[in-house]
Amino acid sequence: MGTLLEVIDLQTQFATRSGVVRAVDGVSWDVAEGETVALVGESGCGKSVSALSIMQLVAAPAGRIVGGRILFKGRDLLTLDEEAMRRVRGREIAMIFQEPMTSLNPVLSIGRQLTEGLEIHLGLGAAAARRRAVELLAMVGIPDSARRLTQYPHQFSGGMRQRMMIAMALSCDPALILADEPTTALDVTIQAQILELLRDLSRRLGVAMLIITHNLGVVARYADRVNVMYAGKIIERGTAREIYANPRHPYTLGLLRSVPRLDEPRRARLDPIEGQPPDLTRLPPGCAFVPRCAFRVERCVHEVPPLRPIGGPGHVSACWEAERLARAKEGVA
Amino acid sequence: MSREPERRHGRAGAPPSVGGVGAMSGPPRMTEVLLEVRDLVKHFTVGGGLFGGPPGLVRAVDGVSFTLRRGETLGLVGESGCGKTTTGRCILQLERPTRGQVIFEGRDLTTLDEAELRAVRRRMQVIFQDPYSSLNPRMTVGEIIGEPLAVHGLVRGAGARRDRVRDLLRHVGLLPQHARRYPHQMSGGQRQRVGIARALAMEPVLIICDEPVSALDVSIQAQIINLLEDLQAEFGLTYLFIAHDLAVVRHISDRVAVMYLGKIVEMADRKTLYDDPLHPYTRALLSAVPIPDPELEARRERVVLGGEVPSPLNPPSGCVFHPRCPIAIDRCPREVPELREVKPGHWAACLLA
Repeated sequence: MGTLLEVIDLQTQFATRSGVVRAVDGVSWDVAEGETVALVGESGCGKSVSALSIMQLVAAPAGRIVGGRILFKGRDLLTLDEEAMRRVRGREIAMIFQEPMTSLNPVLSIGRQLTEGLEIHLGLGAAAARRRAVELLAMVGIPDSARRLTQYPHQFSGGMRQRMMIAMALSCDPALILADEPTTALDVTIQAQILELLRDLSRRLGVAMLIITHNLGVVARYADRVNVMYAGKIIERGTAREIYANPRHPYTLGLLRSVPRLDEPRRARLDPIEGQPPDLTRLPPGCAFVPRCAFRVERCVHEVPPLRPIGGPGHVSACWEAERLARAKEGVA
Repeated sequence: MSREPERRHGRAGAPPSVGGVGAMSGPPRMTEVLLEVRDLVKHFTVGGGLFGGPPGLVRAVDGVSFTLRRGETLGLVGESGCGKTTTGRCILQLERPTRGQVIFEGRDLTTLDEAELRAVRRRMQVIFQDPYSSLNPRMTVGEIIGEPLAVHGLVRGAGARRDRVRDLLRHVGLLPQHARRYPHQMSGGQRQRVGIARALAMEPVLIICDEPVSALDVSIQAQIINLLEDLQAEFGLTYLFIAHDLAVVRHISDRVAVMYLGKIVEMADRKTLYDDPLHPYTRALLSAVPIPDPELEARRERVVLGGEVPSPLNPPSGCVFHPRCPIAIDRCPREVPELREVKPGHWAACLLA
């Protein structure tokens, strides 16, 4: 599979009253054609800003992409003008947001919101666009789709709205979908429905997907590769299997250990990651995870650890002590 | 009415507390019933206004009964709209129930007036999901925790109150200097600690925890759960833990009740409920929880429920779960299944259980 999207040394910053926030701080990752890649991390780690940067939807003037390249099918999106970028958004790269209610227009019918993109991007006539819209709603499992087209977003449940968002995202046959917390606002039984639907459709249509989430559990089943972010940087990357079986960064290990799991015997006590999430305006000079890290050594305080290969193929970790981490885990097992 | 805590049971429709396995898993003090909820009903009228059509009746809570013993944690799980939060609010009398009884320390709270309730409320506190919207942004942390101490006359004198605030901050893992901060200067986890300190200030016996960790980052959730457990052990607190995260609920609860469309569909001690669920809805919920292990997930069979939770405005006939139920039979749309004790201490509302 060829590379579809390659993000190289992306830097996105926000000017705030308390200083410059490096929300995305020199991040590189890629997505192959048809592949599902996850960007995992907690609030403020830069995962959503990464997706918005690709779409060039970072709120200006406070937010600005200050460096890097975003190669999509070999073209650097950062060199495109607004007109050319508008043809990429929705047409070639589509986006699904966490809260479908706030990303749908409440005063436009479901049908109009679906056909608008088809008419603008694909140049379909009104009748053809309508036929396609009926097909799309049926494809995402919305029954009685012809009647549903005349309804408005508030007449849809949360799960139905997210299905509608997926239909919109797929409408122009994009090569890549950026799904930002696509199921976080939904109930567990509906989450399962939506994730299964996304996976089936991406496989069937050969669409690549970037799933952005804070929930490591969600992506285990759906991602080929996982990028873990912390304080604006990717701190570990590997195949889903590698990341879950052999985490090589103390933060990833901490995330995996801190959640109670239904498949394991109940533990008397949870193992949280101690301390507070990082303050992005006051990051330490070395590794940003240092104040919370159980594996830190003197070097971590002064030198930012680069991503480097460790363990299996394609597995990289930004930790000076990654080898010790491997031994520590084996020691436990 | 007797002020003695209720020890007798057996009234039809009110499940007695769990014996057997459940009783053995907890400390021996968990025998005294602190709270008994009997056939609680809360209906809301909607519509019928200027723009609405005919008024409708939302059956938010539709006949819920359970007991909570001193020192135990009862988990109340279910999806949005199942009535778990309304149940909590009815217990606190923040919503007056349409029907039913809430017997707390031997008194039926539904019969008390506001003045009488004020004294009772001190003993039952609540911790909310979003500490940011439940903390006054114009007050310092010290004022937020100190004010109720003054209002309720628990600690007299500014100096003594400062000491008590300091002491409470320490108990929830914050530092004395945090008293001078404002909520916006703290992280989500720290704000939730402030919310917990404010609840503790009232020296409650019962705390209703309404989704206390679901707005927090994963790495912080475990900190707060450990804190809640430590405080329970230290002060002998009783928790009603309302949440949608089944893994978190299993971790913290002694017993668990599963709600669907205003009703409890299954209730048992923790181990029984998770190891041997009887209700098809509980099974589907458990199977929908993602597990952070790709190899296990690949082998795992999933019960993906079709459809969505029906509107409580117009609940389905018979068993309210029947339209989504993978094992429904022809009796299910006609007969309302009673919550019955299928095995000792294990209650389920399913004809097939």
